Amino acid sequence: MQTVFERPKTLINQPFRYCPGCNHGLAQRLIAEVIDELDIADKTIGVGPVGCSVYIYECLDVDFVMGAHGRAPATATGIKRALPGRMVFSYQGDGDIAAIGTAEIVHCAVRGECISAFFINNATFGMTGGQMAPTTILDQRTTTSPRGRKQDEAGFPFKLGEMLAVAEGSAYIARVALTKPQLIKKAKQAIKRAFLTQQAGLGFSLVEILSPCPTNWALPPLEAVQWLEKNIIPIYPLGEIKVKEGVPDAR
Amino acid sequence: MKKILMKGNDAVAEAAIQAGCDLYFGYPITPQTEISEYLSLRMPEEGKVFFQAESEIASIYMVYGAAAAGKRVMTSSSGPGISLKQEGISYLASAELPAVIVNMSRGGPGLGNIQPSQSDYFQAVKGGGHGDYKVIVLGPSTVQELVDLTYLAFYLADKYRNPVIILGDGMLGQMMEPVVFNKPDFPPLPAKDWAITGKDGRERQYILCFDLDPRGLEQFNNKIFKKYQKIEQEEIRYEVFGEDKPEMLLVGYGTVARILKSVVREAKDLGIRLALLRPITLYPFPSAIIQKLAQQAGRVFDVEMNMGQMVEDVKLAVNGAVPVHFYGRSGGMIPSVEDTLKRIRDILGK
Repeated sequence: MQTVFERPKTLINQPFRYCPGCNHGLAQRLIAEVIDELDIADKTIGVGPVGCSVYIYECLDVDFVMGAHGRAPATATGIKRALPGRMVFSYQGDGDIAAIGTAEIVHCAVRGECISAFFINNATFGMTGGQMAPTTILDQRTTTSPRGRKQDEAGFPFKLGEMLAVAEGSAYIARVALTKPQLIKKAKQAIKRAFLTQQAGLGFSLVEILSPCPTNWALPPLEAVQWLEKNIIPIYPLGEIKVKEGVPDAR
Repeated sequence: MKKILMKGNDAVAEAAIQAGCDLYFGYPITPQTEISEYLSLRMPEEGKVFFQAESEIASIYMVYGAAAAGKRVMTSSSGPGISLKQEGISYLASAELPAVIVNMSRGGPGLGNIQPSQSDYFQAVKGGGHGDYKVIVLGPSTVQELVDLTYLAFYLADKYRNPVIILGDGMLGQMMEPVVFNKPDFPPLPAKDWAITGKDGRERQYILCFDLDPRGLEQFNNKIFKKYQKIEQEEIRYEVFGEDKPEMLLVGYGTVARILKSVVREAKDLGIRLALLRPITLYPFPSAIIQKLAQQAGRVFDVEMNMGQMVEDVKLAVNGAVPVHFYGRSGGMIPSVEDTLKRIRDILGK
């Protein structure tokens, strides 16, 4: 009998802690698949954030350093400078990377730090219970924008990927979603290209992964997916935002 | 060994290299920027890493990452910059990561000024950041001692897996004195088998700075406080200077202790017998010896370059047994020998 689907070796065999319909588990599984395919589990170090993303260290069978809110890119820089031959990645939510940790991620990209950042964007602060994030879209209702986010009060949604693409040091930036099988395939390719960019020493790489948060969006899982497709993707268009010359192909 | 005339900031930097510092992460702030300048030149010569971060916050988390990777790491700053690092220092203590942090402190609060001050004493010895933890704090008094305590700081950080602060001030950082670099032979340290380096065939490892189960976190806090208890038993360092059977015990650290030594000498010429107790470790604090000497002298005079911070620890040590007097200058002002001596004579009625 031929095995067509199995748990990646790097994905630890235990249930995820995430809410039904959340894409954290799927994103972490894809990272595990790529780590297996590139055979880099032995030399990979993950850096954790604060927020729902924090549980990644329970799920992936690689070394981890857990740190402070928003500071994973700085911690990852310290690790990479200490151990230049290792593969170092951060895994951060939008409350972490696009709010309190903006300075650290921007300078990481500007420096062309050879690390990969995986950024779960669900347009809300998940773990603290659904507050407005810099990524919250206009008119989106959250517990701290109960009448919907208004541009004249709270400004515009934060397009981190586009902003980091401007930095000379960034080599690969992509935005993906996990709502359909073909998009999941593309997301995996982007994650792979990010690691390959780092392996080739080309500079900074980031993959922004749009994810539903059914619990805090107050929607059933399927409707949350539909809401993401209808409302989030038009604000945060999918695709490869920046591919520096020489970035290896994923296939 | 050859004596070299060196600025305090340069001397700390050179001592860090000789102590085996692998990586340094800095950010400019007066009066300690020479540490960064010196290391930007010297670290690459030694095949080590110098890195100027985008902020003090980023630099302490770079220290956190490199320390987690098992390397010897240092950062340095002054007052406002050290405040920004406090969250990270709490994380270092929580993750039990060794690191050396130099504070060449300056006048505060706020932006304050760039003159020497001891007003970061509370911040250094009482934790500084959030949560239950302690940082080993060393208070050098000369450029030579800056060098010697830098060697010691790296050793103690690794020995106890704990951050160590070298609490100098702008005066020590900026002054030039002759120094000898004489690296002590410390006892061997255990291997850093906890370091996060990639699995390479072993089981995976991780470093956490949280425990969501309150029972687990209390257990962890009990564990690190057992470590602090050991530090309090084994690592107290101090200097006693001056006369036997003094009429008054002086207490002061760092730059102030230099002034108090002159006070002790001048008082002797006037027929006044004084002794100085100079804490070298500010945490752990030399409470027992202060209590003993205070009772013998019958009176304590604490002098600081702040509005009165260490004096609280002195009072705790003395525990009401004898009167404790205080004289402080703040905002970057330095107490003079004359003013200090006048106050002592007023108290003693001499």
